[in-house]
Amino acid sequence: MASQTLQSVPAEPSPARHEMSPEDAARRDAEGQAYFDKVMAEDSRIEPRDWMPPAYRKTLLRQISQHAHSEIIGMQPEANWISRAPSLKRKAILMAKVQDEAGHGLYLYSAAETLGQPRDAMMQDLMSGKAKYSSIFNYPARTWADMGAIGWMVDGAAIANQVPLCRASFGPYGRAMVRVCKEESFHQRQGFEILLELSHGTPEQKQMAQDAVNRWYAPALMMFGPPDDDSPNSKQSMAWNIKRFSNDELRNRFVGMMMEQVKVLGLTLPDKDIRFNEETKKWEHGPLDWEEFHEVIAGRGQCNAQRLERRREAHQNGAWVREAAAAYAKKQARKQAEKETAA
Amino acid sequence: MTTPEPHAGNVWPIWEVFVRSSRGLSHVHAGSLHAPDAAMALRNARDLYTRRNEGVSIWVVPADAIASSDPDAKGAFFESPQGKDYRHATYYTKSEGVKHL
Repeated sequence: MASQTLQSVPAEPSPARHEMSPEDAARRDAEGQAYFDKVMAEDSRIEPRDWMPPAYRKTLLRQISQHAHSEIIGMQPEANWISRAPSLKRKAILMAKVQDEAGHGLYLYSAAETLGQPRDAMMQDLMSGKAKYSSIFNYPARTWADMGAIGWMVDGAAIANQVPLCRASFGPYGRAMVRVCKEESFHQRQGFEILLELSHGTPEQKQMAQDAVNRWYAPALMMFGPPDDDSPNSKQSMAWNIKRFSNDELRNRFVGMMMEQVKVLGLTLPDKDIRFNEETKKWEHGPLDWEEFHEVIAGRGQCNAQRLERRREAHQNGAWVREAAAAYAKKQARKQAEKETAA
Repeated sequence: MTTPEPHAGNVWPIWEVFVRSSRGLSHVHAGSLHAPDAAMALRNARDLYTRRNEGVSIWVVPADAIASSDPDAKGAFFESPQGKDYRHATYYTKSEGVKHL
């Protein structure tokens, strides 16, 4: 949806903002805010051309574009293993999964564009290093078992995060999330299956699976974001019905699910402090290295430079395709015009 | 179909995508994409929005070609049906209990 560009045919067109007197603009803002508040109170949805507080627009734009960037960069750790997948079946599955990640990125850019930001500008921000993306994709995928651990834990954490986002107050974001969530469950199951097969294989294969789980566990938990008392924007996002649960709530819930599932795998989680707190009825986990998290976010993780370099390279290598397609479209349009004049 | 002019900087125009999920149902808005022309928009729409048999037919429409009602005119524009309950079957209660009506 690119509703910013849609033409409007109102009964009485409302003038553009810059054409309004300060009083009219103030009145419109007040009316807009009142309507926005009503939508929030009713837990209804805001659509692209509705009035919205500038901070709401900015927050969404940041969140949705970061989410899109994460999907696009997220293709890399797995694309890295396509040529080395252990069977043709696994290769086909991995290719479908990486293609899905590209699709998810595009759904999300499409949703972000309805807020008035062109996709090209977002891409530029990603490639220049100005925009952020999920810290998880700056860790290397060292072995084939990492494909299993990424699918099971990283996509698992993403699902736990994204399911509540299907009810986000901004319509296009929620709708994109519904589509994404439907597709993610295949990602998680195929990852689980990879680990299950390895853990029932040779002792070396089982060890490889355990090693992958050990390395991805803490980074996956940190995908939910900093602890609640260190997450200043969460409260506002929850008031705006963008976020439905706090970072820690989602993280604790996720730990509980992992705890059950890891038993089926015959593996263990590298955290001896996991326990179910009978009083709070919540799962708890051991300490996480938040210093590392902030370092990775700040661009100093193991693979940050490599990921961005690869993204720039892919963009540059694709330039001729974009140019050729545009030239072809122009030529076709000219031919069509000539035919019409001749007729 | 006419193809909209590429925007400044040779950026491909935006197309809105509508997918018919199965025969007998309407096309429903699925999302948008960028493409240089209608043929590419259709191909991209197929790859992006029907990777799992979600559709049997696709429409792509240049976003610029869509006219929409003014979001600020919420109340006024849709006022006409207000107070016209007699347009609904539920308005007619005297026939309650009468069979096949």
